[in-house]
Amino acid sequence: MTEKITKEIFDHLVDLAALELDDDEAKYLRNELNNQLQAIYELEAITLDDEIDVTSHGVPYTESTRPELREDVIDPCKEADEILAQAAEVQDRYIVVPDIPSEELG
Amino acid sequence: MNEALCDLSALEIARRVKSGENSAVQVLESTLDRIRNVEGNSPSTASYTFDPADLEKIHAYITVTKDRARVQAEQVDRAIEEGQDPGPLAGVPLAVKDIFCVRDTPSTAGSRILENFISPYSATPVERLEAAGAVTVGKVNLDEFTFGSSNESSAFLPPVGNPWNAAHVPGGSSGGSAAAVAAGEAVISIGTDTAGSIRQPAAFCGVVGMKPTYGRVSRYGLIAFASSLDCPGPIARNTTDVALALQVMAGSDPHDATAAEVPVPDYVSLLEGGVEGLRIGLSPDYFKLKFPDPETGEIREQSIDPDAQRAVQHAAEIFARAGAEIVEDVPMPNTHYGIPVYFVISRVEAASNLHRYDGVKYGYRYDGEVEDLRQLYRITRARGFGPQVKLRILMGMYVSAEQYEKGYYDKALRVRTLIRRDFLEAFDPQGRYKLDCLLTATTPTSAFEIGSVYGDSVLMQYADLLTVSANHAGNPGLSVPAGLDEKGLPIGIQFLGPDFSEGTLLRIGRTYEMRTEHEPWRAVKPKVLQGLG
Repeated sequence: MTEKITKEIFDHLVDLAALELDDDEAKYLRNELNNQLQAIYELEAITLDDEIDVTSHGVPYTESTRPELREDVIDPCKEADEILAQAAEVQDRYIVVPDIPSEELG
Repeated sequence: MNEALCDLSALEIARRVKSGENSAVQVLESTLDRIRNVEGNSPSTASYTFDPADLEKIHAYITVTKDRARVQAEQVDRAIEEGQDPGPLAGVPLAVKDIFCVRDTPSTAGSRILENFISPYSATPVERLEAAGAVTVGKVNLDEFTFGSSNESSAFLPPVGNPWNAAHVPGGSSGGSAAAVAAGEAVISIGTDTAGSIRQPAAFCGVVGMKPTYGRVSRYGLIAFASSLDCPGPIARNTTDVALALQVMAGSDPHDATAAEVPVPDYVSLLEGGVEGLRIGLSPDYFKLKFPDPETGEIREQSIDPDAQRAVQHAAEIFARAGAEIVEDVPMPNTHYGIPVYFVISRVEAASNLHRYDGVKYGYRYDGEVEDLRQLYRITRARGFGPQVKLRILMGMYVSAEQYEKGYYDKALRVRTLIRRDFLEAFDPQGRYKLDCLLTATTPTSAFEIGSVYGDSVLMQYADLLTVSANHAGNPGLSVPAGLDEKGLPIGIQFLGPDFSEGTLLRIGRTYEMRTEHEPWRAVKPKVLQGLG
């Protein structure tokens, strides 16, 4: 079986996914990714006419089935405190996080 | 076995509760008793050591919301005492798949990353079911973030057992829902179907499950997996209860711009219409399928299980006798692209949806020392997500990253057009086939053993081979029980219909139920219920 997702590509994907993995997990996941790609290759063999457009969701919306846009009015959130209470660390109704990486521009 | 209150239909429970014959509290007590009898060890995220006794119990509930349920049941009873109508589901015990937010309950998605998340609001379909008198008994297990077809990927273990043989999987991802309903631990459940996640577990557990048309039921408050495919829908022990629940859940919602403005018919009143004059199709593309060989990974053609084939043919004969016209050899040539297309579309959408879990706003957050915010994200996600979730995110990254994607995503969306076209041609009233529905097996096999497939993410995905096309196309599907195979495990058949044809599908399902009422398998109860007093 060809190994399309090399270790280098895999490490890049892990970085894009904001993950970090131990060796065993990385080995299992890379192997499964390559197996899944094998299943996807079936798609490459299909020839499609140019007139075949994309379907981004199955059922098209028509004038009558598409919900009307709501009135642009304020609907205050009643649960703001409950929502804030879910955060691990809050100070004066601000969510606290560790240092945000930044670089000097220019 | 004496029939307990929790074994009655939703229709009968609502009738009894409304007439004062039984109280909603009595129905709840009966359900909680059943839960005590069949659940066994409660699923948790604690390190799991396999115990053989776990293979005899169900373990469907992550959370039993006993006190909340009692308050609801008492409200229903009080309303009746005061002469009010509590709604069509008065006192009916409801199990909610733990992918829906329900106010004041842990809403975990079967994941460590949401283990401590208490939802501040309720999902629209759950809110509607509760407003119609349903009593939420608890939140049931699922594959983590719905990613799986067996329930084994949940962070909450032991895994859910199939009530017909608890050493087998209940299917997934709505496995807790289907198992709870089959075992009488709830009378109705709400699940979600992204590739077959309502219909496949319904088939595996011998209950009825409906994936409505995309847009029929609001997704507001549903923890998203693949937003263009996810469909909330009901699971129950018969088609009438599914109709009752769907009627309550369906309809437009100001909180979900994808919930369509299509009037909701009176599904229950349509049920007894019979199938006279309906055109029901059979397709060879649903009998022979392309699977990857588990050893070599090569794609090869294989027939569905002979028991499943016989069940479909038997159903076709029943419908023919009931006055339907059976149309054979309906081509659905793009069916076998369903899984490869799904591997692309669902992964891209999942990766996008899962980026919100970062340990900052809610859910699990790594509490050790970190260098900066980025490291907090990485460690939180590494510890919070299970392997199947990580796998989906990584695949989503690969097939959407500019330098690797080679047109996978665009191609998958275009092949999706072909899959939908198959259905449009089959259902076209001016076309060659003019079908009202397609009749197929719901799954290629019956429920497999726990541990026999889990870990092989490709083979697991192929459990959805017969169901996933309707998710790509958006049209509805209804799975109903259709007998037991030689191992004594349930077989399901499904009806796939045109957009918004839920009423017709339920009517076809009800006809099948009535016409098979006296078949011997209907009298057999799930193993976990045998011997209960």
